[in-house]
Amino acid sequence: MNDIAIQVEGLGKQYRIGAMPTGYRTLRDALVSSLKRLGSGYIRREHEMIWALRDVSFDLHRGQVLGIIGRNGAGKSTLLKLLSRVTEPTEGYAEINGRVGSLLEVGTGFHPELTGRENIYLNGAILGMKRVEIEAKFDEIVDFAEVRRFIDTPVKRYSSGMYLRLAFAVAAHLEPEILVVDEVLAVGDAEFQRKCLGKMSDVAHEGRTVLFVSHNMSAILRLTEETIVLENGRIVLRAPTHKAVDYYMTSEMSRSGEYFWEGDVTGQENPFKPIALRVVDLQGRVVDRVASKEGFSLEFEYELNDAINGLRVGLYLYTSQGEPVLTSFDTDEPGRYELFAERGKGRYVSRCRIPADFLNGGTFIVGVNASSFQIRSFFTEEHALTFNVDSTGAPGTQWAEIRRGPVRPALDWEVGEAVR
Amino acid sequence: MYKVAQTSAIENKNKSELKTIIKPSHGWSWVDLRELWRYRELIYFLVWRDVKVRYKQTLLGAAWAILKPFLSMVIFTVIFAGLAQLKTDGAPPPVFYYAGLLPWVLFQDGVTKAGNSLVTGSNLITKVYFPRIAIPLAAVAAGIVDFALAFLIMIGMMVYYGVAPTPAIWTIPLFLLLALITALGVGLWLSALNVSYRDVGYVTPFLVQAWLYASPVVYSTSLIPEGWARIVYGLNPMAGVVQGFRWAILGGVMPSVGLFACSVGVTLLLLLSGILYFRRTERTFADVV
Repeated sequence: MNDIAIQVEGLGKQYRIGAMPTGYRTLRDALVSSLKRLGSGYIRREHEMIWALRDVSFDLHRGQVLGIIGRNGAGKSTLLKLLSRVTEPTEGYAEINGRVGSLLEVGTGFHPELTGRENIYLNGAILGMKRVEIEAKFDEIVDFAEVRRFIDTPVKRYSSGMYLRLAFAVAAHLEPEILVVDEVLAVGDAEFQRKCLGKMSDVAHEGRTVLFVSHNMSAILRLTEETIVLENGRIVLRAPTHKAVDYYMTSEMSRSGEYFWEGDVTGQENPFKPIALRVVDLQGRVVDRVASKEGFSLEFEYELNDAINGLRVGLYLYTSQGEPVLTSFDTDEPGRYELFAERGKGRYVSRCRIPADFLNGGTFIVGVNASSFQIRSFFTEEHALTFNVDSTGAPGTQWAEIRRGPVRPALDWEVGEAVR
Repeated sequence: MYKVAQTSAIENKNKSELKTIIKPSHGWSWVDLRELWRYRELIYFLVWRDVKVRYKQTLLGAAWAILKPFLSMVIFTVIFAGLAQLKTDGAPPPVFYYAGLLPWVLFQDGVTKAGNSLVTGSNLITKVYFPRIAIPLAAVAAGIVDFALAFLIMIGMMVYYGVAPTPAIWTIPLFLLLALITALGVGLWLSALNVSYRDVGYVTPFLVQAWLYASPVVYSTSLIPEGWARIVYGLNPMAGVVQGFRWAILGGVMPSVGLFACSVGVTLLLLLSGILYFRRTERTFADVV
């Protein structure tokens, strides 16, 4: 039996620029352009094309769990779409031994008018499950999603949390030999995300071959042993995951100093629109490097299209290895909660002051979250921005040694004679 | 626990035969019927979804499947038989029109639904792999349920107007099949074109309307002069279907076999060309839709 589950050789995918965002042409456009072509002779206009993926080659053994990381637009999703046969490559070759199940988006094919029960069958069939398989797993799926009471209610009456739970539950109970997963953990509230991560971890340790795309570095670190880093459609590194994550986090390709969200990232029905996240020094300048002995601020700018009640906007801080350092919300302090829990329509900045003599030197990652506790998560991005801390002048730097731990606070020491 | 693990291991052994090659494809290709067969459950679920969803949140629900052709029949009877005094070959006008409308509505709904099916199902196409042809196929097939419901009224009307079934009634499935295949052929063309050119959404209603008048739904084929006109008319497969269906219900003069063969030929041509065009454009669906 062949031990190779996936073998990819020089895979590439070319898109026509403009064809992607607008989607379709009108018949008139096609007629006009073909008339033009007749007039000027048929010239293939190469410059209108863009390679979303190029020269990608790798192989994957059975039972291996491979992570794929890279910035937005690096080609991660294109790669998964090619491997799950959603779209055809422009060049190259791939061989897949085994049944592929793809989890490119949870809830694909859910129909709002159908009940939870009906959608489980429909969605299962769409994802490639046999009817008997779905029947066998039905109870497990319902329990996992915690929607038993509403199983015969149309899903359009579900809360967004219930909807996502059900959608993920169906997908998570797929049993193909090769599982292709794209960013499915970025949904739902924190507790459900933990549950999903646990389920994915089970899957990964069952000896299934898994290709796993995520922006969530802690998930990548936890689930995969080896990871590919994609940059501009090419593989730049394949290494043990902690090395790949380190490379990705610290290389220039990760965003540092300031980041703007472009376009509508949260979707139409979500009132929360992130605008920018920046690291600002004491003088108010946007910087990507701060001194540990000085304070600095993390600013998160966003817009609310509608009033939100109970809103809290906060930050996650991670080390470059993805270990959490802290989590803090702008309404943690009860007085501020009174003032800001209800925010009307408008543009806001939530600014968090990080005190001097607090962080150790190194690279840090800032994540953002906007949510109403246990009600709804409006927006989460675990890895939005990186910045560097220079430990020069920090407590103890007279000793040239590496100090352990992500923080290096100036602590109050007392030295006295011991009283006997 | 152990039992579960064991069975899945056996399954894995069987499944591991599956080997997929992914590479750019070129030129024309035919439908992979074996693959389509493997996805039969998905097709079934897509049909089932279309049927379930069709009349959700309507007051009358599935009654619409009957009301649509029935109300058209009432209007046709009043206008064409009543005011315009068109001949119905001696048959009671309501039965005459209803018998024409049944296969027509099946065709019209099939074409319209199939034509929009890929665009409506774009979230499926861009997220999961399955033979794309399953989508328009399911859209056309879902019409059979409506047809079956509406046919019950046909039986009721035959009883009411005392129309005795002739042996010709056994040919109904034949005409039904021809209507479905024609709808699928046209639907494949329209759905594939619709992915790139949304003009199709605007063109389809006119196409369907023109096609209605080019078929003997509101009038009898006997209105068409014999000779060349008849032959040209026979190029419209729905002419053969509607005329044949009506004959199967009402009896009377048997439609010309030559004309029917011509209809079958055109239908097959539509289906084959539809499949080829669909397969050719299919590989870019996910990128363009």
